Amino acid sequence: MALAPPRGSPLARAGGVVFALTRVAFAAAVAYRSQFIVWILATNTPLVMLALWSSVSREAPFGQFGQRAFVAYFLVTLVVRLLTGTWVVWEMNAEIKDGTLSQRLLRPVHPFLAYAVDNLAAVPLRALVSLPVALVVVATVARSELTRDPVVWLAVPFAVLGAWLVSFAVMLAIGALGLFWESSIALWDLWFSFYFVFSGYLFPLAFFPSWLGRWVALSPFPYTLSFPVEATLGRVPRDALLSGLGAQWAYALGFLALALWLWRRGLVRYAAYGG
Amino acid sequence: MTRYLRLLRVQLRTSLLLAMQYRFEFFLDGFMSVFWTASALVPLLVLFGSRTSVAGWTWPEALLVVAAFTTLKGVLDGAIQPSLGSVVEHVRKGTLDFILLKPVDAQFMVSTARFEPWRGSDAWLGLLLFGWAFHALGRGPSWGGVACATALLAAAVAILYSISILVISLAFFVVKVDNLIYLFVSVYDAARWPASIFRGVLAFLFTFVVPLAVMTTYPALALLGRLSSGRAAGALLGAAAFAWLARRVWMRSIGHYTSAGG
Repeated sequence: MALAPPRGSPLARAGGVVFALTRVAFAAAVAYRSQFIVWILATNTPLVMLALWSSVSREAPFGQFGQRAFVAYFLVTLVVRLLTGTWVVWEMNAEIKDGTLSQRLLRPVHPFLAYAVDNLAAVPLRALVSLPVALVVVATVARSELTRDPVVWLAVPFAVLGAWLVSFAVMLAIGALGLFWESSIALWDLWFSFYFVFSGYLFPLAFFPSWLGRWVALSPFPYTLSFPVEATLGRVPRDALLSGLGAQWAYALGFLALALWLWRRGLVRYAAYGG
Repeated sequence: MTRYLRLLRVQLRTSLLLAMQYRFEFFLDGFMSVFWTASALVPLLVLFGSRTSVAGWTWPEALLVVAAFTTLKGVLDGAIQPSLGSVVEHVRKGTLDFILLKPVDAQFMVSTARFEPWRGSDAWLGLLLFGWAFHALGRGPSWGGVACATALLAAAVAILYSISILVISLAFFVVKVDNLIYLFVSVYDAARWPASIFRGVLAFLFTFVVPLAVMTTYPALALLGRLSSGRAAGALLGAAAFAWLARRVWMRSIGHYTSAGG
């Protein structure tokens, strides 16, 4: 298919570019669907945790969570995780190492934008997969466990988008660090191990002792997962929701600024080795 | 036989020499394993902070399962995955020719191609966790228990290896399988929990399809002296059957290999 070069005002041109990139990225996502399905299947931790915690709560509720609450919590966690997952740090790392980053640099689009489009184009497919999980939630536990506040529902999409943006920006920053340091992926491992424990992926953050919970709440990790999940479950009151969204987006923009700064500094050093 | 032993020694030496070049990676990987192991313990700590037992397991007993899990993870990361991961690359690029041409068993060659001792630091951490668990239990295991658990852990390594071979064999039919290995590792993660927490579909899946229960829960039970000899024998037989199946599938798959550019 031939893509006509975008014409007209700068804004229309930018729109055209994004549209074209999205089409390509979506086609790629569909083409590599088997890889995609494997990734979905590999995101099974919430289901294992669901098994663990519902076995724990079978006799008596654990903290504020009964068995139904755990079911709701981990299924919503699975949906949010599927929707907000991103892998850009691996992509950047590979491209920097084998020199294919050069091709990306030649294009008249900021690579960050291209990466973002790449990632977001997979969202329709992910939504398709999340749909059955979401339907199970609605069919089984929605009535008692999900929030019924329309204001919260209005905020949830922003919280989910913000969660994606925080993870994406952190990945960009660590990916850009790859321009300086060969083993930068280790830093991602480190971040991910923190994410594992402090984002609410393995258990609701309320289970932390209060002295630790206070620190965790200040960190960026809850905003990548637990915040949208707990909002959906009606566990975040309205006023906390607003300040939470503010903090989340502040983290996202902060990391994005850091990533841009590192990228600009790093590109100077980039020499397209390999190739 | 001695020929293969000599070959193994050569392969080990090359891997070791290669690994020595990346000393920094050693510290990094060692640091990361400690970190991952610690973070994997957090849910257990949270859980047993307010419960004394879960699905029939107390804290030190569950710790034994984590210890078995961590030890095996070290073997998986340090010995099984690095070697077999490269097979996928060989098949895709067509460079498997060079291995098939050699006058030795190809499965042996690819299985010993690469060891990453640094990545195996989990194995040592796992042994430490065993020690911690028995310290918390306040008593040691019986000699019989240790022998049985060792045999079961060896069987578990055989199972892990066989599953990896089965996954790798897929590389001859499907192009992109490197993420299948990733999938398998993510499934293996569920083995850090005592098997009795799983019910229904998951229980079936983790006993018969991917025998996680056999790999980590059985050795822990053996150390506690709670595993019947029948079940232990069954596990060992199952592992042998798995290895046999993997060998057959590998031989079949090699027949499908069509060399470069395939």
